[in-house]
Amino acid sequence: MSACGSCHLSGLRSPDAKGLLQNRTRTVAIVGPPNSGKSTLFNRLTGLRQKVANFPGVTVEHRVGRAKVAEDSEVCLVDLPGVYSLSPRSEDERVTRDVLAGQMDGISRPDAVLLILDSTNLSRHLTLAAPVLSLGLPTLVILNMADELRRREGVVDTAALAHQLGAPVTLVSSIEGEGMQAVYEFLSGAISVPAPVDLPAVYDLPGCRKWAGQVGRRASYRPPAPPVWTHRLDAVFLHPLAGPLILAAVVLVVFQGMFTGAKPLMDGIQWAVAGSGSWLARTMPESAIRSLLIEGVWDGVGSVIVFLPQILLLFLLLGVLEDSGYLARAAVIADRTMARVGLQGKSFIPLLSAYACAVPAVLATRAIENKRDRIATILIAPFMTCSARLPVYTLIIAAFLPDHPLLGAFVGTRAAALVGLYLLGFLAAFFTAKLLKSSVLKSEPTPFLLEMPPYRWPTVRSIGLRLLDRAKIFLWRAGTVILLVAVVLWGLAHLPLVNGQAPPIEESLIGTLGRTLEPVIRPLGFNWKIGVGLISSLAAREVIVSTLGTIYGMEGEAGSQALAAALRADLSLGGAVALLVFFAFAMQCFATIAVVRRETGGWKWPAVQFAYMGSLAYAGAFMANLIVRWLA
Amino acid sequence: MLLQPSFNKRRRRRHRGGRGAEPLHLGDLHRGEQGILDHIDLPPEAARRLMELGFVPGTLVTAAGCAPGGDPRVFRVDGTEVAVRRETAVHLKLRHPAAPVP
Repeated sequence: MSACGSCHLSGLRSPDAKGLLQNRTRTVAIVGPPNSGKSTLFNRLTGLRQKVANFPGVTVEHRVGRAKVAEDSEVCLVDLPGVYSLSPRSEDERVTRDVLAGQMDGISRPDAVLLILDSTNLSRHLTLAAPVLSLGLPTLVILNMADELRRREGVVDTAALAHQLGAPVTLVSSIEGEGMQAVYEFLSGAISVPAPVDLPAVYDLPGCRKWAGQVGRRASYRPPAPPVWTHRLDAVFLHPLAGPLILAAVVLVVFQGMFTGAKPLMDGIQWAVAGSGSWLARTMPESAIRSLLIEGVWDGVGSVIVFLPQILLLFLLLGVLEDSGYLARAAVIADRTMARVGLQGKSFIPLLSAYACAVPAVLATRAIENKRDRIATILIAPFMTCSARLPVYTLIIAAFLPDHPLLGAFVGTRAAALVGLYLLGFLAAFFTAKLLKSSVLKSEPTPFLLEMPPYRWPTVRSIGLRLLDRAKIFLWRAGTVILLVAVVLWGLAHLPLVNGQAPPIEESLIGTLGRTLEPVIRPLGFNWKIGVGLISSLAAREVIVSTLGTIYGMEGEAGSQALAAALRADLSLGGAVALLVFFAFAMQCFATIAVVRRETGGWKWPAVQFAYMGSLAYAGAFMANLIVRWLA
Repeated sequence: MLLQPSFNKRRRRRHRGGRGAEPLHLGDLHRGEQGILDHIDLPPEAARRLMELGFVPGTLVTAAGCAPGGDPRVFRVDGTEVAVRRETAVHLKLRHPAAPVP
């Protein structure tokens, strides 16, 4: 089975594994330019039998999956990144070239290639056929979007094209499933080595393009009529006045949807976690294990799982915007604004996502080709006020700021304070971006170029599969890293044992740590209890709420008002404001650190980011405490 | 200047002597106007990336819409639409005469 090294899909072995054992599972790579419908085809062939994978040593993500091609045979499909050529210019292209050449660790050379091209833009997409066919691998050329080609009255003679290319050609619509029979036939064994044809020099791009034009003409390719609806919609979405207004409305809907739309589900999960926790507390005998399960696992992991609906809703909304083609327009509109801080339009979407959670935001930076722009976007994303900061902000504001109407009946002092904190995070991101882009991450002038795909209806299938992926990744992380941190923190809070009992929290290891930390955080107006909260919130920001609850001895549902009162009695106003500023700036999120390490390929950037945000948080909190004291 | 001209220097010189009102580069094209791309006045890396998106010398380029504020602009080229910033568009030189091509 070594033929399919990266294709170990746990639990996906079919019960009739005979076929798999009889003949070696073949590996087939899917190659194609961006926007050619590669992923839709991959999804149609594999369905749920797929997973996201990373090649060792590179940050490029790809998918592997299994496709059942006949009663008893399967092939392993590898969906490679979208590329226009095989020149080793970007990481995507290098990975694609290395895999196809059999030079990538962890994956054997593919036995065959599915080259997928957009039939509505065939002459240009055929340019990629030259370098791919010259590899000499058995190749099926798939002309996708047959439905669109027909609708807009384009024509192509597939038999003539096959003759020109020396490889079988088939016209499909991967969205509607039309013409898939030929793909299955190719996969199930009708695989043939391409007949040698005269190919242009692979690195001569104008030459390849000229060749592609000739081949298209000989296959009597008639390009389809221009997409009328796309032009009409662009007249509205890129309108000087309506365009920005629509973008603002879209952003508002995404925001509102993220917060109000996810609320019932989040409440539901919270209820389920709390309910199952108290059921456990009632049924299990009093013991260290019970305490570990409830205070460590349930409270720790539960407080993170609560964010799952919000993250999924964000990905749903972004998925619809992306698949419909609107995101490209949003990036174009946002480009001028982003250019002011030295970034580009493609950074806009990740930064918007970061208001829900920095983790999906960091993943969304993959669309940015310029490596330095991408790192700059990753570094500023955690400054955006993510939803994990909200419980902390709400608690402190409610404890220290009486709610007075400020601007009419709707905007009160508390809401204004919250808006102020959002603004603070945004400004920090803004200045950090300026700083980075004018110093360490100053980049060569790589032109901002964005292909604008025609508008299309998003499909439930492709968005659903993506959501499932994200949910799996998020839950996996919650079940591993976050679980580990939660258990370690629980251990620190319950050791050393005094007479076989857990000590009061101030004498526990974490309490000792808090006291040791006290001299350092005293200038910020914090006491050791806040110190303990800060340590525990390194795992996830909102954990400080439950930790403070434990320390002040307030637990359960009724605790939040009592906790606010206890905080008011124990913390100065300067300290409270400093705490808010600290949370606005500091990178207290294990999940984000982990994902930044993964996406930047090392510990360097997460370390820089943690240190920078930490110093800024300390300095900002110090100043805030000083100013409030001086004013009061 | 940071960007050394590296592509088709000979033609570039001929262009410098061009006449005033004619569009010399993509940035000069008004909405709906067309021109034939002559050469790309950018380092090979950037030029290659533009060519992959369809900006191959000799291709007909049409100015389509633009973002609110006029930058970036959207160009129709080789069956697709690509958004390009003005700072890049000025380096995509047109063949003259850049009269509308049927």
